[in-house]
Amino acid sequence: MMLAVIARRLAAALPTLAGVVVVTFLLTRALPGDPAAYFAGPAATREAVEQIRAQLGLDRSLGMQFLGYLRELARGDLGLSITTGQPVLSDIVARLPASAELTLLALLFAALAGISLGVLAALRPNGWLDNLCRVIATLGVCLPAFFTGLLLIYVFYYLLGWAPAPLGRLNAFAAPPPHVTGFFLIDSLLAGQGETFRSALAQILLPALSLGIFAVAPIARITRGSMLAVMSSDFIRAARAHGLSGRTVVIAYALRNALLPVVTTLGMVFSFLLGANVLIEKVFAWPGIGSYAVEALIASDYAPVQGFVMTMGFLYVLLNLAIDLLYRVIDPRMEVTA
Amino acid sequence: MTIDRRLVLKGTAAAGAAALAAPPFRPAAAQSRRETLLMVSENPPNSTDIHGVGANRPAYEASWNLYDRLLTFGVKKDSNGNDHYDYETLLPELAEEWDLRPMSVTFKLRRDARFQDGTPVTAADVKWSFDRAVSVGGFPTFQMGAGSLEKREQFVVVDDHTFRVDFLRRDKLTMPDLAVPVPVVINAGLARRNATEQDPWAMTWLRSNPAGSGAYRLERWVPGQEMVFARNDAWTQGPRPGLARVIWRIVPQSGNRRALLERGDADLSFDLPPKDFQELQAARRLKVISTPVENALQYIGMNCERGPFTNVKLRQAVALAVPYQRLMEQALHGQAIPMFGNPAQPETAAWPQPSPFTTDLARARALVAEAGFPNGLDTTLSFDLGLATVNEPISLALAENLAAIGIRVTINKVPGANWRNELLKKEMPLITNTFGGWLNYPDYFFYWAYHGQNAVFNTMSYKNPQMDALIDRARFAEDRAEYEAAIKGFVAIAWADVPRIPLFQPNLNVAMQQSIQGYRYWFHRQLDYRSLSKTA
Repeated sequence: MMLAVIARRLAAALPTLAGVVVVTFLLTRALPGDPAAYFAGPAATREAVEQIRAQLGLDRSLGMQFLGYLRELARGDLGLSITTGQPVLSDIVARLPASAELTLLALLFAALAGISLGVLAALRPNGWLDNLCRVIATLGVCLPAFFTGLLLIYVFYYLLGWAPAPLGRLNAFAAPPPHVTGFFLIDSLLAGQGETFRSALAQILLPALSLGIFAVAPIARITRGSMLAVMSSDFIRAARAHGLSGRTVVIAYALRNALLPVVTTLGMVFSFLLGANVLIEKVFAWPGIGSYAVEALIASDYAPVQGFVMTMGFLYVLLNLAIDLLYRVIDPRMEVTA
Repeated sequence: MTIDRRLVLKGTAAAGAAALAAPPFRPAAAQSRRETLLMVSENPPNSTDIHGVGANRPAYEASWNLYDRLLTFGVKKDSNGNDHYDYETLLPELAEEWDLRPMSVTFKLRRDARFQDGTPVTAADVKWSFDRAVSVGGFPTFQMGAGSLEKREQFVVVDDHTFRVDFLRRDKLTMPDLAVPVPVVINAGLARRNATEQDPWAMTWLRSNPAGSGAYRLERWVPGQEMVFARNDAWTQGPRPGLARVIWRIVPQSGNRRALLERGDADLSFDLPPKDFQELQAARRLKVISTPVENALQYIGMNCERGPFTNVKLRQAVALAVPYQRLMEQALHGQAIPMFGNPAQPETAAWPQPSPFTTDLARARALVAEAGFPNGLDTTLSFDLGLATVNEPISLALAENLAAIGIRVTINKVPGANWRNELLKKEMPLITNTFGGWLNYPDYFFYWAYHGQNAVFNTMSYKNPQMDALIDRARFAEDRAEYEAAIKGFVAIAWADVPRIPLFQPNLNVAMQQSIQGYRYWFHRQLDYRSLSKTA
């Protein structure tokens, strides 16, 4: 049953992905820059630019270029990035775990903080905690993530010296752990490298925090609202009347029932963070796919931009599927249909 | 729901505290830290092959340190007592000695020189490398051509350790052009084994697999993030380098680069905004070295072929409307050499030299009227958004003054990716831009920037047969007096016709820890690791 649902959902996603392919192809072609002139170098003559254009295959008609692109895509070839000089596929494979690790940790932090704050605020509406929750939520939304990032670096690295230098995933003198999952925190533990694990954890804390703060707000607000509704419903009153402890009532009865909208929000927040952590990646020199795509965009380097959008499209489809399936786990009454 | 939320929170907090308290370096690493340089920059290298399509400036630096060339330049002290490469002295690198004849030069190669894989460096390798440079097109071929190195037949293998270059014409730039970053010597055997039928010059393989004999080996390259170099202990082409390792990390945010330097975590960085350099210089905790970029100028260019600025009076008006002094203070924070306010006639044959212009709005206004625009005119002023830190304040200040003399400009910010294409079209009426030549000769600068051959750097499409004749005379003049007269001649025309208005000569700034010794300015503006060392 579950497998059939997954298969049907994946089949339904195919037209979406096809649309993504066409739109990214057209959009990158509509960009103002001229990759041939950019890569021909500062001293290029007109002929040199035309020569590069032919080398890049950009002198062919748009239709021919698209057919060539589809042919390569079918072979799993996303093309070559001229900015990094590497195949786009290997670039994305190398960078996606960095973004995913950062985003997941940020989401974990945001979920823990957001759900706790939301629950506590709902228990005492308009109490000091509720007001604190409101302030944090407002601040989190109005401070841009890169600003929070710069502020944290300034305080914890520059002034206090507690945090390590914002130099990416590891300090400059540590070598990456052997590749298993691509998540440095996990790989270093698997390899038993305590030193590397500490370095990776120290490096990821500030960026994850700056990214997470941004996401605390929606999660806390939704949790609070949903908890408030649940707390005033009949079955909670019944549970209380039966003399269950406050803890059991809140966590086992109320929270579980209030979680459904929170999970939806988590899914949205996750997909949003994955794409929007570009600035955090820039600020912390984090080698993720967001900064990769932006650098490629600046250089009018088509292939990485296309590869990035494709990857994101694919991830969103998978994510939505995962959330739908999670609904069923949380609330078996939910029907998951294609 | 069996996870205890508080336990989880406590656990994360404890792990976090442990990580924050961890020392940044292991004690065992402290010794090697003294032999390791950590430099941070904004843009990553995209190749280790300087001949590659689209190889960027950082890639030149990688190539410079991974490969050797036949010749290199000597070193002298500049006026501040800092090391500065010396374009008048050529020194041996892979060549031990050479015999320069009127129409050829013969090099004797070092017999002890080896590539990093252990194979000896032979004349066949040099020929293959030079053949490659003149064949692959684009930038390397263009740069070789600047020294009249154009055809494969010019490069002759005499025997294993003797190599000859035949000249097409007598050109004083041929020898210095053999010491610029382009003519590297590649391990031809190794490269050929990794070439394919479609790719006979191994362009794909050499992009990420250096095959040189240089003082540094490539230890690790994570594209877009870091490049790590290790000293090649078998290198004999010069004195043994002081640094055992160089770690080059990409830090895109300039504020963070500054913080890293100030906290002592990074050792050296070039890429900081002028204001940061000014403040670091004043604070004196770090060593800041400023060197004027040789043969380079930031300028205002005016299109002489189409649009309103075909009118020379209007161009002169703009030259008198530029707020020169204000630009130096507000856009550059004093980090450049002013290039204005000289007497009208050039007194020396030096280049760059200050223009005769100063800000004089009353005369400028009169010239606009004389030019036939009593009601003023509308036009656009374009600049490269990629260099907005400097270009934007210049453009805003200029636009303000131009409005005061009746020239109303719309500012057109061109994205970096598109700037070169726009330059090639030569349609923009008014731009601010910068141009510098690797080889430090006035005639070289003028050949690219003012000559009627109309190279891309002649962004104004300026054409004047008188100017061309003087430039050509200077390029091939053998007599010193004739050479200097020609230079003064074309500089005077440049001031009279004023197709471009010089603003300032930019500085190359670098900030480093006090412990770093041996920094040397190079015309290619990249870092040479070989001369650097660290005191404890």
